[in-house]
Amino acid sequence: MVGGGRSVLERSPLHRLPDRLLKWGLTGLAAAILALIAYFFIRLIGQSSGTFGLSFIFGNHWAPQINAYRAAAMLVGTLITSTTAMLIGVPIAVATALYLTELCPRRARTPLSLLVDLLAAVPSVVYGLWGVFFLAPKLLPAERWFANTFSFIPWFGGGAGTIAPTNYFIAGLILAIMILPIVSAVSREVLATVPNEHREASLALGATRWEMIRTAVLPEARPGIVGAAMLGLGRALGETIAVVLVIGDAPDIGKHWFDQGYTYASVIANEFGEATGLHRSALFACGLALFVLTLLVNIVARIFVNRSARGKSYGTGDQGAVAAGAVAQMT
Amino acid sequence: MSTIEPKTATRLQLPRISARRRTTDRVMRALLAAATMIALVPLVLVIYYLLKEGLGSMTSAGFFTQDPTGSFFGQIGGIRSALLGSLEIVAIAAAIAIPIGIGLAVFLVEYGGKGSKPMRVFANTVRYFVDVMTGVPSIIFGLFIYITLVISHIGGNFAGWKGSVALSLLMLPIVARSTELVLQTVPDTLREAALALGAPRWRVTSRVVLPAALPGIVTGSLLATARALGETAPLLFTVAVANALTFNPSQQMNSMPVQIYNDILSPRSIVNSQAWGLGLTLVLIVLILNLVARGISRKSRSAGS
Repeated sequence: MVGGGRSVLERSPLHRLPDRLLKWGLTGLAAAILALIAYFFIRLIGQSSGTFGLSFIFGNHWAPQINAYRAAAMLVGTLITSTTAMLIGVPIAVATALYLTELCPRRARTPLSLLVDLLAAVPSVVYGLWGVFFLAPKLLPAERWFANTFSFIPWFGGGAGTIAPTNYFIAGLILAIMILPIVSAVSREVLATVPNEHREASLALGATRWEMIRTAVLPEARPGIVGAAMLGLGRALGETIAVVLVIGDAPDIGKHWFDQGYTYASVIANEFGEATGLHRSALFACGLALFVLTLLVNIVARIFVNRSARGKSYGTGDQGAVAAGAVAQMT
Repeated sequence: MSTIEPKTATRLQLPRISARRRTTDRVMRALLAAATMIALVPLVLVIYYLLKEGLGSMTSAGFFTQDPTGSFFGQIGGIRSALLGSLEIVAIAAAIAIPIGIGLAVFLVEYGGKGSKPMRVFANTVRYFVDVMTGVPSIIFGLFIYITLVISHIGGNFAGWKGSVALSLLMLPIVARSTELVLQTVPDTLREAALALGAPRWRVTSRVVLPAALPGIVTGSLLATARALGETAPLLFTVAVANALTFNPSQQMNSMPVQIYNDILSPRSIVNSQAWGLGLTLVLIVLILNLVARGISRKSRSAGS
């Protein structure tokens, strides 16, 4: 667009100065953001170097009073709560997205979408408040019954006496509620990129609505939905305040699903205030592990979302950006 | 002509759907609708309990006009310092994040994306890392600021402005990405028309592109602000807590999310119920910001098309 030979209309270098200033100023700003991220990462590694290592990740002994810092309990807790959240939240979120894009009457679509989106507007500390004073006590009898009935399955808790009111399951349930709006919003954006011709062709061939969804819509949208689920996983892994209130904060690997535990994020929030020296370094190591974990999950999620959106030549504009925009607005 | 009745023609076109397929269809459609209803149950429950438990405490005397006492007995005070502290911390965060976020988006769309090849590669790298930043847990931003600003004792230990910086890191990718999206929807014909009239690029950006994108930018900024208002974790390690009201951002300050968190942990049930009142206040502010933001984007969209 620019470039080429000097024309009569070209401005003098002085007139072009503000343009150059803006261009290089903004480029510098962008470079500074990249440098800042790198700088933070290096400092975080530096702060946690005293404790971080393989035995920190996989060893199981967290006892600040004797300076033992092996955080397998946090890794297990983070994975269990996030998996629970995915198992409950993702199917509901995808079903919601399908209903809103494919089946819902046109008039109800906008208000219903808005309500689902508003789930993301509730601050995490309010979910924690609700979880600890309402959800955890109200669900305790149901959990007792569940653990008794299915006690033959490992990890489902045998004997109702051992069930803690705050536990992995409650934390996972709260996380499921918190990831639902983001998974649903990104899935909706992905579903919107499936061309209408596919739906019409499928219906014209005599498919029912559900068969159309199953054979024409879902296969096309699958990578994007996987990406959406992984973005939700990224959020679940790092959620702090809601989890610290409902997981029980016990620095050991729980015996079953309804036992107390810890996650990387919740141990930092809970112990940072009174930690010094090696303890603080161990908490930074938890932060580093969490940071790397969420980074990996997010990178993979982006690959899925972008691939599903970019593979299409039809549609308007940069669909990857549309999906990214949905993420930006939800997060 | 008369051999083909319209009725027969329609019947021929419709393939027969077996009872089994019809049932599957009905069941699956009902399941999808039910899932949507289930998704809304938590929202209804949270708001119901906030109103039920919070309204009483919110309307009690001194709720908005007194500071919390933080004592284990006697008066518990109100939430004045939390409300005003939160507003100030987030206002400073917005003042940092919104200009930088818009600048970043302008770079990505107007300069990086339309520049030479190395520039485009650089812009894509920046865009990628901004995307990744949206996925970084907020507690990590708190740790970053703790490491860089609190440990080093720049301007004291814990301070309100350090919390603002942590929140601005959280807001930055949201503002940048949503602004970028809006800038991309500004038609190129507008830019070309302005350039053809002899306007330099910076004037095209500041006088044509940004005004055209303004409603969308406001929406993104408001959503980012609403998100920052509810964040607790980054503030724990950067601002810490205080009960007394202060407007000096170089001191420890109180904020709504942190006070809710501390009120929940309190052994006094009257303080617990204050957490509900404060939670209701916070949710009301965040919901209003969200609805205003979406209203602006809806209005501009219908006006634009």
